Amino acid sequence: MSLPIKDDEIDIVIGALHSDLTSFMNAWRPIFSRFHLIIVKDPDLKEELKIPEGFNLDIYKKLDIDRVVGTSTSIIFSGYSCRYFGYLVSRKKYIISVDDDCLPAKDNKGFLVDAVAQHITNLTTPATPFFFNTLYDPFTEGADFVRGYPFSLRSGVTCALSCGLWHNLADYDAPTQALKPEERNSRYVDAVLTVPARTLMPISGINIAFNRDVVGPALLPCLRLAGEGKFRWETMEDIWSGMCVKVICDHLGLGVKTGLPYVWRNDRGDAIASLRKEWEGVKMMEEVVPFFQSLRLPQEATTAEDCVVEVANAVKEKLGSKDPMFARTANAMLDWVKLWKSVGGSSSSPGA
Amino acid sequence: MVEPATASQAAAPAMPKLKDELDIVIPTIRNLDFLEMWRPFLQPYHLIIVQDGDPSKTIKVPPGFDYELYNRNDINKILGPKASCISFKDSACRCFGYMVSKKKYIFTIDDDCFVAKDPSGKAVNALEQHIKNILSPSTPFFFNTLYDPFREGADFVRGYPFSLREGVPTAVSHGLWLNIPDYDAPTQLVKPLERNTRFVDAVLTIPKGTLFPMCGMNLAFDRDLIGPAMYFGLMGDGQPIGRYDDMWAGWCIKVICDHLGLGVKTGLPYIYHSKASNPFVNLRKEYKGIFWQEEIIPFFQQVVLPKDCTTVQKCYIELAKQVKEKLSKVDPYFDKLADAMVTWIKAWDELNPPAGGSSAPNGKAA
Repeated sequence: MSLPIKDDEIDIVIGALHSDLTSFMNAWRPIFSRFHLIIVKDPDLKEELKIPEGFNLDIYKKLDIDRVVGTSTSIIFSGYSCRYFGYLVSRKKYIISVDDDCLPAKDNKGFLVDAVAQHITNLTTPATPFFFNTLYDPFTEGADFVRGYPFSLRSGVTCALSCGLWHNLADYDAPTQALKPEERNSRYVDAVLTVPARTLMPISGINIAFNRDVVGPALLPCLRLAGEGKFRWETMEDIWSGMCVKVICDHLGLGVKTGLPYVWRNDRGDAIASLRKEWEGVKMMEEVVPFFQSLRLPQEATTAEDCVVEVANAVKEKLGSKDPMFARTANAMLDWVKLWKSVGGSSSSPGA
Repeated sequence: MVEPATASQAAAPAMPKLKDELDIVIPTIRNLDFLEMWRPFLQPYHLIIVQDGDPSKTIKVPPGFDYELYNRNDINKILGPKASCISFKDSACRCFGYMVSKKKYIFTIDDDCFVAKDPSGKAVNALEQHIKNILSPSTPFFFNTLYDPFREGADFVRGYPFSLREGVPTAVSHGLWLNIPDYDAPTQLVKPLERNTRFVDAVLTIPKGTLFPMCGMNLAFDRDLIGPAMYFGLMGDGQPIGRYDDMWAGWCIKVICDHLGLGVKTGLPYIYHSKASNPFVNLRKEYKGIFWQEEIIPFFQQVVLPKDCTTVQKCYIELAKQVKEKLSKVDPYFDKLADAMVTWIKAWDELNPPAGGSSAPNGKAA
């Protein structure tokens, strides 16, 4: 059922927060080597990048980022946000991005999971956000729509985003991991499902893929916690970006899938040490959830760029007074759209 | 290849949970031999058997089970004229069992459903899993990407608002099926050999505002929280439609659960569904439903229940009113169905008087 995709329609974007990518790249070699890679070095990283031979890739460092983006923007592409620069300069239809502390996982039969292939399958088969299918993704081999699923909704909509999961170190927040320091995720849930329309979720940037043509500009590096750090426990940039993307996908009639593929996430960092920094993020979620739940975009917003502008304006209006961080974020979102329009190549296709 | 567990593989739990608070409702027209397979898991519990079809037939219940059995004559005697709301010659009649039960929880299962095996080969105690699902909160307001956060080995993910982590009471636990999947007739005709062999090790809450097709083959619910809304409609003999009983109940309960702030979970447990019904017979029963659901779904998606509907019964009566107003134009059947919905509530309240607490406000209106 999925469309035949050529390898050259895909970019793999890696934000390098570690300088030595040797073991990372070698572990992913069987899966990545067919594709073009964009590696963006965290501008704060002092050491030289160490990357093994045999890959088709482009590397972007601080100098490149400054050259392209200049100083006219409020966006800081540092830490985990460096990968968004890769999204910006890519010219491919599909982008797949994993954190540089993740390795291929094994499935429940012990085979290495081809995360790229699974993400592409997710993105090239329809999503079904308007009615829940109890057998999960009906387009998966061996599954289908169940009795009672309206026929008019069975063609589905374009899947714009594919959110994968994590074995070993799951994407828990610092308080949760600190409370359960030994907890590791070993459960392999053999399912992909569409997150229903108007349902919000925390979209993790650790293992993600998207259709750049339809939602590219909606993945945005705009929210920076004051204490933002180099561990996922110390950032909410992806969670913020994810809330925007979900609202925009819902508005444009696009789908978001979650579930497979898994990646294996290495143990890294100290949850208790990160607790202090995370608290800011935890507070932030309490403020923004009601905002996003009630956000409705005007009908005239028919592209991802338009939608980002609308969301930014709403953020400024409704959240700006609560915390200066939101006003900064809204401005960063408007800057991002301008940047996308000037540097990001052609504008996004209107939503399905 | 997926296979059911054998009777010897199932091991009885040391302490059967909710033994005196749960009834198992089974509709049947033939026999209950399938219970032999379930004995280690189900024997401690009380059964309510609803015998459909010819009441003069004797249904053999395997020895050792504690049960009450109702045939059509019993239903007519107990409900009198209100018996008109209970379907005949359709498994929808099972909801009579929900009504006469005096317990807090119900588990309902079809007589062609056997014990499944998990990927390690272990027999799945479906009832135990349903109980775990129902006794732990649901999370309908925000989707957790690691599924049910209350399961062992899982939790809420980063970004999940802390204010929503307490969850809400779970009203319904919807289980799934290995082997013969619950497909509609057209799908069965196109894919007669498709078997569900995928064991998805997840339970998840169906988000608020999202409808789903609820299958009655493997289902558990809290009678106190949602019982009166579990009416399985008018199906079978004398009705223009069949195989939409559980669907209808599912749409009603979801709208009401969303309104009252209650949760609905789906996923584990699996049972092994052994019998594929005849797709041509199914097509005749379903085909009106296939057209009608195109109107019914938007109706349920747009239903708004007023704030003063604070009990399940009030919600259901209001729903019946709106069905009559908005769906009668689709077919006069809905007019009859709306009346039957009201009759059902009257019968429910008669058999479950307020002293039991079943018509006390249960859950906050959204």
